[in-house]
Amino acid sequence: MITFTDVTKRYPGGYQALKGVSLSLEPAEMVIVSGHSGAGKTTLLKLMAAIEIPSSGAVIVNGQNTRSVKAAAMPYLRRKFGLVFQDHKLLFDRNVFQNVLLPLQITGFDIRSSARRARAALDKVGLLGKEKAMPVTLSGGEQQRLCIARAVVHRPSVLLADEPTGNLDEASAGEILELFHIFNQVGVTVVVATHDRAVHARLRGRTLTVAGGKVIEGPVTT
Amino acid sequence: MKTWLSQHLTALRDTGRRLLITPLATLLNIAVMGVALSLPVGLYLGLSQLQGLSRQVSSDPQVSLFLALDASPSDVREVEQRLRQNSEVGTFRYVPRDRALADLERNAHLTDVLQSLKTNPLPDAFVVTVRDNRPEGLEALRDEAARWPKVEHVQLDSDWARKLDAALRVGRSLALVLGVLLSSALVAITFNTIRLQILTRREEIEVSKLIGATNQFIRRPFLYFGALQGLAGGLAALLVVGAATWLLNRDLGGLSELYSATFGLSPPSIEDSALLLGFSSLLGWLGAWLSVSRHLWQIDVR
Repeated sequence: MITFTDVTKRYPGGYQALKGVSLSLEPAEMVIVSGHSGAGKTTLLKLMAAIEIPSSGAVIVNGQNTRSVKAAAMPYLRRKFGLVFQDHKLLFDRNVFQNVLLPLQITGFDIRSSARRARAALDKVGLLGKEKAMPVTLSGGEQQRLCIARAVVHRPSVLLADEPTGNLDEASAGEILELFHIFNQVGVTVVVATHDRAVHARLRGRTLTVAGGKVIEGPVTT
Repeated sequence: MKTWLSQHLTALRDTGRRLLITPLATLLNIAVMGVALSLPVGLYLGLSQLQGLSRQVSSDPQVSLFLALDASPSDVREVEQRLRQNSEVGTFRYVPRDRALADLERNAHLTDVLQSLKTNPLPDAFVVTVRDNRPEGLEALRDEAARWPKVEHVQLDSDWARKLDAALRVGRSLALVLGVLLSSALVAITFNTIRLQILTRREEIEVSKLIGATNQFIRRPFLYFGALQGLAGGLAALLVVGAATWLLNRDLGGLSELYSATFGLSPPSIEDSALLLGFSSLLGWLGAWLSVSRHLWQIDVR
């Protein structure tokens, strides 16, 4: 599904985030990317979602080399992913329902079908009934659940979460991690990047550790 | 097709919402556009109607032949004979000097002044209507008649109308230049409004790009915004022109009565109004398109 072949990523200014990384992700895998802050976890996720292009090597997503994807085709490649950000990146001038609706509008779902899917996604994350609330009135945990609802509403094949529990208390973090397992069980590939050992310990799946620009395959936790 | 329509409807709804979120700023922008557009439009319409009037007046041009004061009846008959033989001449009428004086007394209320004159200062005259009212034909007849014996002066009665027509053409060119300049201002206003919108919606654009929005999807609401704002500016311009026409007509009525004429400015026709609204929408769209094309590429999520 996603294959890295000898991938190196060097940013302008010379900082090398990743060096010679080769790995492969299979459909419906649960992958935990661990490593300390600044190790290159976010870069790894950005390369997977084609937000970054490797300086050398190749990232293949569903048979497409991200380097050779034309600019006009890039949005269609990105729709295969659901992105969960540590800072949520919610639109604060739109209500909960409108935030979840956005990926469906982008993808081109009709209004009736969009509304049905949006309500289903909100139901999954426990926010049904708060459709009209503005994001600013939600707690941190609720905002992150809203971010997850927005990430999964168009049913992507891969869910990428970068430090999804970074700003949450333990109880809220537990609910979020449980959601990832639920989506993984229905066939979604879930990649969670975290520097938090406690979070890592609560997730069950394949572990990739990023250190010194290298990605080290770890044990599969159950 | 359904998806395409749905996306356009969503963008249109979003645009309407954004126009209403900041009513004062929206109204001010529309007012500026309306005033900017109403100047060339009003000038153009006024000049077009004046030009129509001048053409109407000069549509039946006449040549007046004034004879010498010492012209005898045989001289008058000689000129009359020449006019009958001239193929350029359509109809003509003879105005004897005595009748001209009587008409002048009657129409200009100058009895006292004219009675103080020892002799009639007016000449015999012929008022000629030509078959072909092209300027060349009129000028040829004028030149020829000026050489006839006892013809003192030949006057093209449509001269003033032609001069007015030429002046109006200059006025129309001026309106065109003004139109181009103020249209550019309208494009610039929309460009800047959209630039500010892009800046304030930067995060939304970034998020949309991250979750797979195409450039067309991101561009669409801004283009609708520009076009709708332009349309509203066009409507405001029509209102301004309509109100100005109504106000001017009140005073023009009194003025035209003094000249025993009826002249009034007509409001823009349905065709003119539709053209203006289409044009103003197009200008708004163009300003938005230029702004989005210029600024959107700067927001790259890579």
